[in-house]
Amino acid sequence: MVPLQAYLTLAAFIFSCGLYGALARRNAIAMLMAVELMLNAVNINLVAFWRYGPNREDLAGQTFAIFVIAVAAAEVAVGLALVIAIYRSRKTVYLDEIDLLQG
Amino acid sequence: MNPIFDLTWLVPLPPAVACALIILVTNRNKSLSSAIAIAGVVVSLIIGWAVAFSAFVDHDLAHHPVNTTLFSIPTGLTDIDVGYALDPANALMLFMVPFLLVMIFIYARGYMTFPHHLKAVDFPEAHAEGKDPRYSRFMAYISLFAVGMLGLVTSNNLITFFVFWEIMGLCSYLLIGFWFEKESAKKAAFKAFVTTRIGDALLFIGMMVLYIVSEPSSLSFADLFSEDNLYELGRTYANLGFREVTWVSIITFLILCGTIGKSAQFPLHVWLPDAMEGPTPVSAMIHAATMVSAGVFLLIRMYPLFDRALHLTSTSMYLVAGVGAFTALFAATIAMAQWDVKRVLAYSTISQLGYMVAALGIGAYVAALFHLLTHAFFKALLFLGSGSVIHGMEHGHEHAHGHGHDDADDHASELIQRPDGSLDPNDPQDMRNMGGLLRKMPVTGWTFIIGGLALSGFPIITAGFWSKDEILAVAFEENSLVFLALAIAAFCTAFYTMRQMALTFFNRGRTEAADHASESTRSMTVPLILISFFAITLGWIGIPAAFPVLGPIGNNWLGHFLEPFMEVIYIHVLHPEFNFVPLLVSVAVALGGLGLGWLVYGKGLPPGETDPMYRAMGPIWQIFHRKYFIDELYDATVVRLSNFVSSFCASIDARWIIDPLVNLVGKAGVWLSALAAAADHLLVDGLVNLTANFMRWCGGVLTHLQDGKVQAYLVIAMMVLGIWVVLVGMPIVLTLV
Repeated sequence: MVPLQAYLTLAAFIFSCGLYGALARRNAIAMLMAVELMLNAVNINLVAFWRYGPNREDLAGQTFAIFVIAVAAAEVAVGLALVIAIYRSRKTVYLDEIDLLQG
Repeated sequence: MNPIFDLTWLVPLPPAVACALIILVTNRNKSLSSAIAIAGVVVSLIIGWAVAFSAFVDHDLAHHPVNTTLFSIPTGLTDIDVGYALDPANALMLFMVPFLLVMIFIYARGYMTFPHHLKAVDFPEAHAEGKDPRYSRFMAYISLFAVGMLGLVTSNNLITFFVFWEIMGLCSYLLIGFWFEKESAKKAAFKAFVTTRIGDALLFIGMMVLYIVSEPSSLSFADLFSEDNLYELGRTYANLGFREVTWVSIITFLILCGTIGKSAQFPLHVWLPDAMEGPTPVSAMIHAATMVSAGVFLLIRMYPLFDRALHLTSTSMYLVAGVGAFTALFAATIAMAQWDVKRVLAYSTISQLGYMVAALGIGAYVAALFHLLTHAFFKALLFLGSGSVIHGMEHGHEHAHGHGHDDADDHASELIQRPDGSLDPNDPQDMRNMGGLLRKMPVTGWTFIIGGLALSGFPIITAGFWSKDEILAVAFEENSLVFLALAIAAFCTAFYTMRQMALTFFNRGRTEAADHASESTRSMTVPLILISFFAITLGWIGIPAAFPVLGPIGNNWLGHFLEPFMEVIYIHVLHPEFNFVPLLVSVAVALGGLGLGWLVYGKGLPPGETDPMYRAMGPIWQIFHRKYFIDELYDATVVRLSNFVSSFCASIDARWIIDPLVNLVGKAGVWLSALAAAADHLLVDGLVNLTANFMRWCGGVLTHLQDGKVQAYLVIAMMVLGIWVVLVGMPIVLTLV
């Protein structure tokens, strides 16, 4: 049986990839995708802890994961809508050019 | 005591009420205002005469004079008792003053017509009414003047006496300058005020000295004239540095200064002739009933002190007699060479006041008071008569030159230069423009002649003779020098009176105005007639008992009335031996003066001819005419000195010390402020700006953090999270492990 550590390591790797993408990618859409990665890394953790946890009748881990997926879907919908709106007004999706709140 | 005496304090009240009423309520209505003023003095006259006549018949009054306190003003150590006094001396004044006031007020009602120096255009309403534009104000002023005199006569202490005395000073200023559009009137008012102020200041010092040295400290007459106090004042000496003199000498000297100012004695006589600039009723008031009488009345009031000084053979009494006698002679000679009808009378007033002062200086208390009374009557008569003459001349002038003529043009006429003084041919007051007025103005003329004879002391029938004779009789016994001066003065008086009467009333008119003069209104002539009655009869109250034939009939009522009172206030009673020498002298000087005057001026003065006395005396006459150059002397010395001192002080003030000091302080302030401003600017502002700049720099640094780039924020968040994990999260985890 695959040990828990493997899942956790995978999740950590995916999270790190997501984090790197969120912090480093110029493209807003790529950044959104990176955020998705981080959310899914968390989902892996939730499901893994449920599977190896003491109380397998209680479906809290899976329920959380499904919630997160739903929220992520909604988030992507809103996020993409924002990116499109920004693209329309500013003709760009590069995050370093979108600095309207610069002080 | 007679209950009527309790009314004494009411005597000054009605004119005060009238004055307030006129000022506050009725001043728009000229006729009503004058009616109120007259009503005020008439009530005073009724009360005053009721009091006076009950005093005349009350034999007890002399021994127990009334002295009642109405209220007292608490001061530091003593109370000042304000009240009223009644004794034979002021009862006589209460007989004289209100009567003359009533006469003058009635006269003023008719006299105050539209004045000639004003233009009808400026005062159309007053001109249409034919009255002075400030008619009501005049009535208020003379009412206040009446308050002053009546209050002064009835007061029982020196403080209220002085207050009323100053009220009169104020009113004389206001009234002399009443026609202040005339430059000369303005100057005369100023001169009168300043000149009398000198005397008043010295009098006030005298009052203070008197208050300090008397025991008990008081200014009430009753306290001052106690036997102990008089004795102490005559016995104690004050050290003046160069010699020691008695207090009584110092005090009497200072009080005399007050009289010199108020009664226009030499050397402070200069204001009185100029006071003629006021309307004639004012001249009559100042010169007869009130102001100048107040000066002599002050001496009479304070006479116990003077009498004490006299019997210590103090020099101050020689001074009193000397000032009086000198003034009497001096002013009489000036009066001989004046052309202005009122100015002659003004100098004669000064001269007659000199008589009274001289009489007091030699101890003739009764004679001085007697002459004060008779003089008040005949001088009021003469002044009112001269006012009537001036009015008649003005009417004649208008008549001769047509009505509706602009007044200003008439008065712009050129002066005629003559060796005996320049002449304005339109001047209604210059006697050279008059003549023959007796036919035109019979009532004025005859009453004036009665007054003139009384003034010159026409023997037996006139009042002036008896009072003057009494003074001469005392002077003959006491001091021959004074007697000589007064006798010569009496001669001059008779001479200039005849000159005045002859030039004004006899022969032919010398101008058209005189030919067309007309008699004045009844409100002016009736007072003349009433006063002339007293100008004759009043002398009968003081006929010396030893006088042949008339003496036993009159029996010297005045002397008998006053003498018991004099003993009560410790005045020595003089009983001059009846002597024919002074009597004959006084008859001779009166008749001689009148006769010489008639010889010189009786044939009249043809128009254009100079004064016969000028031709006879030449430069001496000029000296008389120019009043011994006293005005010029004062202008050159006192006036110039005070102008110099004033400008010196002004220079100290404005140029040398005060202003530069003030400016220096100001500049130092400005300089200090600039310094403070600089400190503010550099130090305080600098600190504030430093803080602000620092904050701005910090902000500038921190704005780089907020670059609007989402990923930069995320990096920071991650870093903070990482730091948190390292510093806080890890230790927690490790402790759990």
